[in-house]
Amino acid sequence: MTNTPKEKPASNSLVKWLLNVISTPSIGPFLALLISGGFFYTQNERFIQPQNLSLILQQTSWIAALAIGQTLVILTAGIDLSNGLVMALGTVIMTKMAVVNGVDPVIAIGMGFLVIMAFGLLNGLLVTQLKLPPFIVTLGTLNIAFALTRIYTTATINGLPPIQRIFGERVDLFGTSFTYGSLFVFVLYIVMWFVLRETAFGRHIYAVGDDREAARLMGVPVNRVLIQVYVLAGFFYAIGGWLLIGRIGSGDPNAGQTANLDSITAVVIGGTSLFGGRGNLLGTLVGALIVGVFINGLQITGVDPLYQRLITGVLVILAVTLDQVVSKKAR
Amino acid sequence: MMAEQNNNPQPIFEARRLVKHYGQVIALDGTDFELYPGEILAVIGDNGAGKSTLIKALSGAIQPDSGEIFLNGERIHFHGPSDSRRHGIETVYQTLAVAPSMNIYENLFLGREVRRPGVLGSVFGLLDKKRMLQESTTHMQHLKFAIQSMTQPVSTLSGGQRQGVAVARSAAFAKNVIIMDEPTAALGVKESGMVIELIHNVRARGLPVILISHNMPQVWELADRIHIQRLGKRVAVIKPSDYTMSDGVAIMTGAKNID
Repeated sequence: MTNTPKEKPASNSLVKWLLNVISTPSIGPFLALLISGGFFYTQNERFIQPQNLSLILQQTSWIAALAIGQTLVILTAGIDLSNGLVMALGTVIMTKMAVVNGVDPVIAIGMGFLVIMAFGLLNGLLVTQLKLPPFIVTLGTLNIAFALTRIYTTATINGLPPIQRIFGERVDLFGTSFTYGSLFVFVLYIVMWFVLRETAFGRHIYAVGDDREAARLMGVPVNRVLIQVYVLAGFFYAIGGWLLIGRIGSGDPNAGQTANLDSITAVVIGGTSLFGGRGNLLGTLVGALIVGVFINGLQITGVDPLYQRLITGVLVILAVTLDQVVSKKAR
Repeated sequence: MMAEQNNNPQPIFEARRLVKHYGQVIALDGTDFELYPGEILAVIGDNGAGKSTLIKALSGAIQPDSGEIFLNGERIHFHGPSDSRRHGIETVYQTLAVAPSMNIYENLFLGREVRRPGVLGSVFGLLDKKRMLQESTTHMQHLKFAIQSMTQPVSTLSGGQRQGVAVARSAAFAKNVIIMDEPTAALGVKESGMVIELIHNVRARGLPVILISHNMPQVWELADRIHIQRLGKRVAVIKPSDYTMSDGVAIMTGAKNID
């Protein structure tokens, strides 16, 4: 055992230091955030104003909540294509039950949470018990959720009770008004970042994604971890839904149609590997902000929304390519 | 037929008349097995001799159709690999069962994390990283496993070092027996050397080792006794000092009988 690993601490040469910084999770994405923000500032000065930054947070908050769940799933080397449309089903259940059926608004929210988390459970069971690939499973549940939403309602539900709009309420901080939803998302990120780092459950998520067979041989309850991850991801999608109805003030059956790609983009730009086992939530938070900056920046500079989708598509492919290159080196 | 066991007559781990059928195929046809304290027992046998079925039965991965297994003289039943682990029996696999992106001490404690004392650990499941790091460092020093840092990811290690982590991990948690299933099969010559050195250090700490290997020079170098499996039965137990390697292979293939 005399051979020591070849990796050495970064030398003091500036180039090596820079390379090291860029390859450190969440520093590279952070630079990308600053660069894209700077770019939109040169296009329109209004971009950098506090009200607009607050608006970016509002526009990003629900996608950022979805991206927490997506991060958990991707860390296990899975993927969840269903999150946006499952969330949409949840939001129409929350709102229609409260507004049309007169159910207590809090119980209605609870029903939305239940349905969304049940979809998570279904995804988790299909992935673990039938050993189906997560890609296909969630593509299936995506379509089921889409159809169920349309069967349940095709109309937008307005006139939500106040509790359902709570995350759209505002509070003044540093002379700018922020929504509760924007601030709440930061709390969620900090809590889950801590859970992933400091708890056995968190470390097991990484182990399952890193090498599933090794994790099983070492006594990690792989299937239980996977099912818990999909259900917990559902919990964060449900919060994302609650944030969304708070922000737009209605239950929209057309919501969330590109949210799966947006959340995957946030996760991958944030430096989490699609191969599983590597990445962290702070990266995802920065990734979600980048997605938000692009959405807002393209709006504010008056670019056709179709270009948003075009750019999101390009971004995610670039990020995955980078991941592929890094993964080859890491293994 | 048996090489006499003079100094310690009581086996720590023992199996009697193990039988296992897979459909029409008889994998184990009444195999006996004994492991004595502090020894390295090699298990060799041709493909289809029932070697891996025997090991699976001893590590709890399968349940034999009939036969008995004893640990420290007590009859035990395994319902799965976690049962054998609970009985202080650890297994090292040939497949380098480590999580590459996780660091060394996390790998040592994976699935058996130490939690913080009190409510923080029991309710919130918070890890006691400091203690795991300390214990890992001490343990690796005892095994003379030289490593730069316990917090470097396993992906920065060579194949031999990765398997070394797996061996160290079993040594840390095995109270009774370590089973090594072809631990060097996936490694090069030099890399194997590292692992073999580590196996010596493990034995020096008094833990008995069951070593399954195809590598005859390795078996003759490491083993105190050699269990030879053929056609579902134990045909001989020899000492490497009493027989040459070619004798051993001859017994294994049925070209030679001893009784």
